[in-house]
Amino acid sequence: MPRAADTPVIEVEELTARFGDDIILEDVSFQVFPGEILVIIGGSGCGKSTLLKHLVGLYRPYRGRVRIQGVDIDTDDEAQLRRLRMGFGVLFQSGALFGSMTLAENVALPLAEYTDLPPETIELIVKMKLGLVNLAGYENHLPEEISGGMKKRAGLARAMALDPTILFFDEPSAGLDPITSVELDLLIKSLNAGMGTTMVVVTHELESIFNIAHRVVMLDKSAKGIIAEGDPRELKDKSSDPRVVNFFHRRPAGHQQEKA
Amino acid sequence: MGDPEAPRKGYAISRAVGGGGAVTLSLSGRIALENLRSLGMELEGHLEKVTSAGVTVDLAGVEYLDSAGALALLQLESQSRARAVPLSFVNATDEARRIMGLIDREALAQAPLLGEKRTPNLMEQVGEASLKFCRDLVQVLTFLGELLLALGYSCLHPRSVRWGDVLFYMKRAGADGLPIVGLIGLLLGLIIAFMSSLQLKQFGANIYVASLLAIAMVKELGPIMTAILVAGRSGSAFAAEIGTMKVNEEVDALLTMGFNPVSFLAVPKVLAALVVVPVLTIYADLFGLMGGLIVGVLGLDLTVYTYIQESKNALELFDLVSSLIKSAVFAVLIAGIGCQRGFMVRGGAAAVGAATTSAVVAAIFLVIVTDSAFALVLHYIQ
Repeated sequence: MPRAADTPVIEVEELTARFGDDIILEDVSFQVFPGEILVIIGGSGCGKSTLLKHLVGLYRPYRGRVRIQGVDIDTDDEAQLRRLRMGFGVLFQSGALFGSMTLAENVALPLAEYTDLPPETIELIVKMKLGLVNLAGYENHLPEEISGGMKKRAGLARAMALDPTILFFDEPSAGLDPITSVELDLLIKSLNAGMGTTMVVVTHELESIFNIAHRVVMLDKSAKGIIAEGDPRELKDKSSDPRVVNFFHRRPAGHQQEKA
Repeated sequence: MGDPEAPRKGYAISRAVGGGGAVTLSLSGRIALENLRSLGMELEGHLEKVTSAGVTVDLAGVEYLDSAGALALLQLESQSRARAVPLSFVNATDEARRIMGLIDREALAQAPLLGEKRTPNLMEQVGEASLKFCRDLVQVLTFLGELLLALGYSCLHPRSVRWGDVLFYMKRAGADGLPIVGLIGLLLGLIIAFMSSLQLKQFGANIYVASLLAIAMVKELGPIMTAILVAGRSGSAFAAEIGTMKVNEEVDALLTMGFNPVSFLAVPKVLAALVVVPVLTIYADLFGLMGGLIVGVLGLDLTVYTYIQESKNALELFDLVSSLIKSAVFAVLIAGIGCQRGFMVRGGAAAVGAATTSAVVAAIFLVIVTDSAFALVLHYIQ
């Protein structure tokens, strides 16, 4: 378990996200510590995906900053940005595999771009990565030839191609059946335990949250920010905020509590 | 033995030979992706010099190990096993052991389930292309049948047509296209009038520029040029729109709700094109004649009245009507093939791109072929 005294690997300071006149997030600050699995949770429209997109540099903050390993992600320094990008991987909601390339070509892409390794070595590393996600043998398959769960795992293999120290997951359980979803959770946990990779996961699946999270950060739409932070099991039972308790007990606002 | 290069490389391998020729390789520093190339070569070099007494790899000094580094170590192990040299790892940290444990060695040896796609030889390519052409022809004819049926149904039941969509596409394909069609018509008229006048001037036949341009524009150039522009602007757009809808399963949704996708998606586009392309053609003709007028008045000392009179005299009502009928046929061809290519899309982004290109090329091809047919037919009718 990571200790809070470690230097944070991701720092979000006073982040405000705004699209036109809409302010989605206001003054959000939190930290992510090395080796932990942090899960960002909240109801629909609370800004989870927006926050994730700010963390990976797809959106520029309206105000505030995001620092990964001490480097501002908004930096103009090309060399720094490149090193930064090599240091983290992103798994998008549908895998975001390139449809015209085989799985092997997809996973090899970052390796070919950022290293000077010979093709045979890259091929071996690709095989290894696909093996890590239980897709051994599927090197020459095209994304359209594999199922949704397999696409996500292939996307994860690609995100891990450069052995990044941080992995971001955008709704990893979306569209998966319960068994595949649990398998993906177990994979996430074993990779975190085996490699010590810091993981930031955006999800609203309660089962996954309790399975994998070391710590959660809960966002709320009307609060435009964080309303709770900590161990999900504690928050479920001991939080004083009704919104938090309702979320963990799957109780829509306004409904009477049914006898458990 | 210390490695003076260690700080720069980020890692170090030192070799010690023990009793009986057993070698101990001590690794230290970062065994990771960034060092993989030189690390791999050095390890191979050490392996060459090893005897069958065995190798011990001491990992006590390893500060950082990632999965690529672990892979290199496992490769070393399998290479030494292939030479019948026993190899063992000692003093691995818990973390290193966990990472090495994650890697599935069977996966590394497993052959891919699918072979790599090999490029076919010439005979295979010719065969594939011919089969593709025949299949394509069948698909186009099938679609043509469905389209004609849907259009026929729309004529008998005008209330079933989505007129809102028809108006929308009329704006997109027609009104929005007026600037470019006008501009190109004008320039075309200018160029033709200018170029022909250079020749006709020598014979003092300036005045025939007007009739030459009028006949060329109205009978051939106007319809063809407009058709090509509409194919590029709207034919491609129809293919891309319907193609993306196929990728997003929107067409499937229509089918399951009981709608006929051809009636719902293709008919409004074809009807809009049918109205708009002849109008654009007339518009192009007028701008073309205007271009010629500019050359005639400014360059050839003709009066506006003379120019217009000559143009009018050169044209017959037959020419105008047949030109409009031609452009109506072109409209159906362009919109039809655009929609058909869109419906044929299966897959993702690349397929939509291919369909869009194919729609434009096929439309232009069909337009030219039909134009030649018209030229023959009209010649023998007159």
